[in-house]
Amino acid sequence: MRARLLALVLLLLLAGCSSGGTRDDGRVTLRFQSLAWQKESVEANKDLVKEWNATHPDVRVEYVQGSWDSVHDQLLTAFEGGEAPDIIHDASDDLADFAYGGYLADLTGLLPARLKSDIPQRSWETTTFGGGIYGVPFLQEPRVLIANATWLRRSGVRIPTPEKPWSWPEFRRITEQLSGRGKYGIAWPLKEPVSATLNLSLSAGGQLFHRGADGKVTVRFEAADQVVPRTIHAQAGTDRSASPTTLGSGGSDTLPGFFGGRYAMVPLGFSYRQQIVQQAPKGFAWQVLPAPAGAGGLTQGVSPQTLSVAEDSPHKKEAAAFIDFLLRPENMVRLALGDWMLPTGTRALNDPALRTPEHGWATGTALAAHLRPAPAQTVRGYPEWKDKVATPALQEYYSGAIGIRELRQRLEEDGNLVLARYQR
Amino acid sequence: MRTSRPARVGQYTALLAYLAFLALPFLWLVSTAFKPPRELGSLHPTWIPNDPTLANFRQAFDEQPLLHAALNSLLAALAAAVVAVLIATPMAYVVARRRTRLTKAVTGWVVVSQAFPFVLLIIPLFLVLKDLRMINSVPGLVLVYVVWALPFALWMLAGYVRAVPPELEEAAAVDGAGRVRTLVSVTAPLLAPGIVATALFAFITAWNEFFFALVLLKTPQKQTLPVVLTHFIGAEGVADLGPLAAAAFLATLPSLVVFAIIQRRITGGMLTGAVKS
Repeated sequence: MRARLLALVLLLLLAGCSSGGTRDDGRVTLRFQSLAWQKESVEANKDLVKEWNATHPDVRVEYVQGSWDSVHDQLLTAFEGGEAPDIIHDASDDLADFAYGGYLADLTGLLPARLKSDIPQRSWETTTFGGGIYGVPFLQEPRVLIANATWLRRSGVRIPTPEKPWSWPEFRRITEQLSGRGKYGIAWPLKEPVSATLNLSLSAGGQLFHRGADGKVTVRFEAADQVVPRTIHAQAGTDRSASPTTLGSGGSDTLPGFFGGRYAMVPLGFSYRQQIVQQAPKGFAWQVLPAPAGAGGLTQGVSPQTLSVAEDSPHKKEAAAFIDFLLRPENMVRLALGDWMLPTGTRALNDPALRTPEHGWATGTALAAHLRPAPAQTVRGYPEWKDKVATPALQEYYSGAIGIRELRQRLEEDGNLVLARYQR
Repeated sequence: MRTSRPARVGQYTALLAYLAFLALPFLWLVSTAFKPPRELGSLHPTWIPNDPTLANFRQAFDEQPLLHAALNSLLAALAAAVVAVLIATPMAYVVARRRTRLTKAVTGWVVVSQAFPFVLLIIPLFLVLKDLRMINSVPGLVLVYVVWALPFALWMLAGYVRAVPPELEEAAAVDGAGRVRTLVSVTAPLLAPGIVATALFAFITAWNEFFFALVLLKTPQKQTLPVVLTHFIGAEGVADLGPLAAAAFLATLPSLVVFAIIQRRITGGMLTGAVKS
């Protein structure tokens, strides 16, 4: 009896395990791997896929849920095995290896003029490698200051606007003014300090990576590159206006302290507003402020979210047509609202829904024109430089373990050794 | 040997501390799963939610196909456990009872194979499974899990086989039992707790496995629970904490239930009935 039961269970298991192949009905089927993860964003993506399928009976799109956490490894394996999705959602700073590796289709001749002209050239630069376009940048987010509005109003400090932002020295003075009695003017979540530092340094005119006449890139940590690191270092170490405990934290980790009145401001990505709306205590007043500006104005680096087409896809034209549909201005607005981010398209950016003061949308859209490709996007060897040299060096600098001289030495000397290996 | 009272108190204290250490993350997960978003962002978190809610569970089920993913995980883990044990048991017997150069080499290979990183294996594995047309199929995943679990299962079971005194098998032979009869009637019952423990190990390994499932399963209908859990995590590690905790809590339940059912078999009389009267 037992043996029969076991056999039955095994039979059922095998039956349940059998893979159900896809029905071949002659139509083109495209797989669209989306990394949308927030409820509204997943809904927006799925709705758009449904709308496409309803109006394009011959080209069916299948929505496949991917994950930001593991997208690089998953895609790499899929590319190697020739099983990649046709349409790929990713971020521009993840595309270089795939583009140079020949895994992504060059979209130059596939995209309609409407889409090309709607997205500014500075955004296209984030997905252009060796003269080819390997992704369509469609969502991006600036780093902003999320502030405790009540605290700021009571303190009497000048509230910055995109038209009249704080300068970095003014920002330092104000955070000092807001601090005291166990409270801090700012909490820097710098668990991953490199991209935050580099992207914000553009506002002070920092460049860090310099391409020579021979096309080779070297690191030079000059005065403009030092403005942001020096400010953070001084806030945490000298002025005591930045919480020293959050330097090793992620953005979400700082929110309880922010809601609890421990910090007046937290620099976060624009999309964190969704978490703030969800988690802020009732009656908690917050507002979005532009990050401080320097010699470069409000400029800062971004790595937009992108849509690409796999080189192996036999239906590149159809895939590009779907991307065009997904990124029509009205659809781009839906995607942007779902992800609490800014669209790259100029027509979508002008939509009134993204210009409302509510939840700081207007401040964000005012910053869009100042967003530039993240400085290291096209630098080969950047990931290794970031992990092995810059991350530990900046972490030690911000914690006070090393000074600016050693930071400079490590970023430049050790860093250039790493980059040189990739540029022989 | 009697243990002194202070020593006993020390032992119990250490045991309680260890239990607390193990239980705290799980209890925190349960607590988080029932907290509304505003409590998740509180500077003064509480163990017991002030305003407990099922909204996180509702949201988790609304947003992701959790039940379907759980069924896929269950199928893959059960099949992997059964197949791994069926293959590993006779292998373990040979490794434990026959001490030859070959068995030593096999044992060495088992140890070495545990050192291979997943990333090293995944691309060749992917290509092999693709040729076998087993990409994006639960049987393909089961095959990987069986191969992955086999070395350790073999290692574990060989230890259990060695714990069974060979004299019992010899006594059965003296009584006239043949080789097969001895293995089935004498050795196998004594190995039962070991087989159950090994199956449990293979089940939990497969149930928790993420990377292979992520890479090998392409369509949402085939994805397993650990893969679906990552859909609550966004760029730069930002997480939808409430639904993630709710889904993770549900994901831990089957392991706990299976373990609760099986643990009596593991602890219950390793050598029950072994003594020949």
